[in-house]
Amino acid sequence: MSENQDSAWSPSSREKERRKSRRAISRKQASIAAASSIFVLGTLAVILVTSPGWETVKTTFFDIEYGKEVFPTVIKGLWINLQLTFIGGAAIGVIALGLALLRTTKSPALTPFRFLATAYVDIFRGAPLILIILLVGFGVPALGLKGVSSNVIFLGTVAVVLTYSAYVAEVIRSGILSIHPSQRAAARSLGLTSGQTMRFVVLPQAIRRVVPPLLNDFVSLLKDTGLVSILGVTDAVRAAQINASRTFNYTPYVVAAILFLLITIPMTRYTDRAIRQRTSAQNSEGSI
Amino acid sequence: MSNVLELVDIRKSFGSELVLKDLSLKVPEHTATVLIGASGSGKSTLLRCINLLESIDDGQIFLDGKEISDPLINVDEVRRRLGMVFQSFNLFPHKTVLENITLSPIKVHGKSKDEANTHAMHLLRRFDLADKADQYPDRLSGGQQQRVAIIRSLAVSPRLLLLDEVTSALDPVLVNEVLSAVRDLKSDGMTMVLATHEMGFATQVADEVCFLESGNIVERGTAEQVLHNPQNPKTQEFLKRVYQAGRL
Repeated sequence: MSENQDSAWSPSSREKERRKSRRAISRKQASIAAASSIFVLGTLAVILVTSPGWETVKTTFFDIEYGKEVFPTVIKGLWINLQLTFIGGAAIGVIALGLALLRTTKSPALTPFRFLATAYVDIFRGAPLILIILLVGFGVPALGLKGVSSNVIFLGTVAVVLTYSAYVAEVIRSGILSIHPSQRAAARSLGLTSGQTMRFVVLPQAIRRVVPPLLNDFVSLLKDTGLVSILGVTDAVRAAQINASRTFNYTPYVVAAILFLLITIPMTRYTDRAIRQRTSAQNSEGSI
Repeated sequence: MSNVLELVDIRKSFGSELVLKDLSLKVPEHTATVLIGASGSGKSTLLRCINLLESIDDGQIFLDGKEISDPLINVDEVRRRLGMVFQSFNLFPHKTVLENITLSPIKVHGKSKDEANTHAMHLLRRFDLADKADQYPDRLSGGQQQRVAIIRSLAVSPRLLLLDEVTSALDPVLVNEVLSAVRDLKSDGMTMVLATHEMGFATQVADEVCFLESGNIVERGTAEQVLHNPQNPKTQEFLKRVYQAGRL
């Protein structure tokens, strides 16, 4: 469009006046926003610092020296959480896709599997994650089965994967169901089989559509890996707990929380941006 | 001349609503049959039944003399011989124009990628869309999208092309470019069944015009007979309303 602009054009004196007024208005608004922020946040800070318990809070929660001391063990634990998230995430992706496809198939041969997939999703979406972790982590080794690992990290991962696969399967399934039937009709009318239609037409569009909610689940997954600490896995949460219960100083928990936030906040920001881009792309297509 | 398509006493209902009532139709090779009629008269349903996208409740459908309304038939095999163009284009938004066109030739008809691309580019050039090959559908105008949809259905060399109100979603300027593409197909000898509201266009391409009213063909004949000298009072009434709307 810019090449269509008249290069000889310069703003009229009226337009110059308007621009001056607009600048004056935005300067005024900026100074009001600054003054109000300083007042409100300043007041809150003063109230916090002058409150009677502040010194105790500072030493029990925000002991910087102690924080530095426990930092290496907590971050070592966080590495476990990250490994769990990525390995678990990959397994969840594969299992969830399989479940979603089974739940949306109409093939008569797969009827029992469709039924089983539905039952699976109902159970693992409905039961608290912590129960599943306890059942798998303590229950499975108690069976004493041969060839089944009793490694708590492994069992903890299995429990998280079992639960999250059910959630993610539902997200993918909702994506599949959101693709308009006319897409399927077009593919079938070209002679594609129902399997080919799913693989080449429906699924690629469905996955694109559910990327933002999946990123959201990924953030939750990272946080929820902290729950495997109840099995005795020395992850970030457990490492912090060990240190905190030794000294009755809770700074290690705060260190762990800050480390989680350092990862999850950028991830949620990224997710928000992905959702915004997806929405605006759909707007320009006029499909809202 | 052999019949590519023959419909015998087709009956179809959605719930308690009878959409097609004992409808019969013959479509000889290299001819264009145009279905006209008010919205809801069953034109689209008829096309979807021919394509086996809808099942029929009674009657028979023959494609090249073979019954395709037999439930034991392989529907994918039947659809390989039919092309369908929809009112709302239904291009695949995640695939480029070229990928939209070559999907079926490669995956269904077992063509090599090179072969399919060459044929697709040939068709794109013919319909003046070669420069759009690598674009995604949402970058194209409605008329261009519909022409791509037509090419997509042509790329598998169908025996019969079904066109369901292919210009209804387009503004008057874009209608023409799509209609001229269909006229080209007609002069190539493509056998077609089309539902349309464009009466002038129907006059130009139709070998037979069928007027549908409540799920049955109440009048059929050449465009001259049906559109300019209708005998049935219902046809007369319909064409009068079309004329009043300035569409004839």
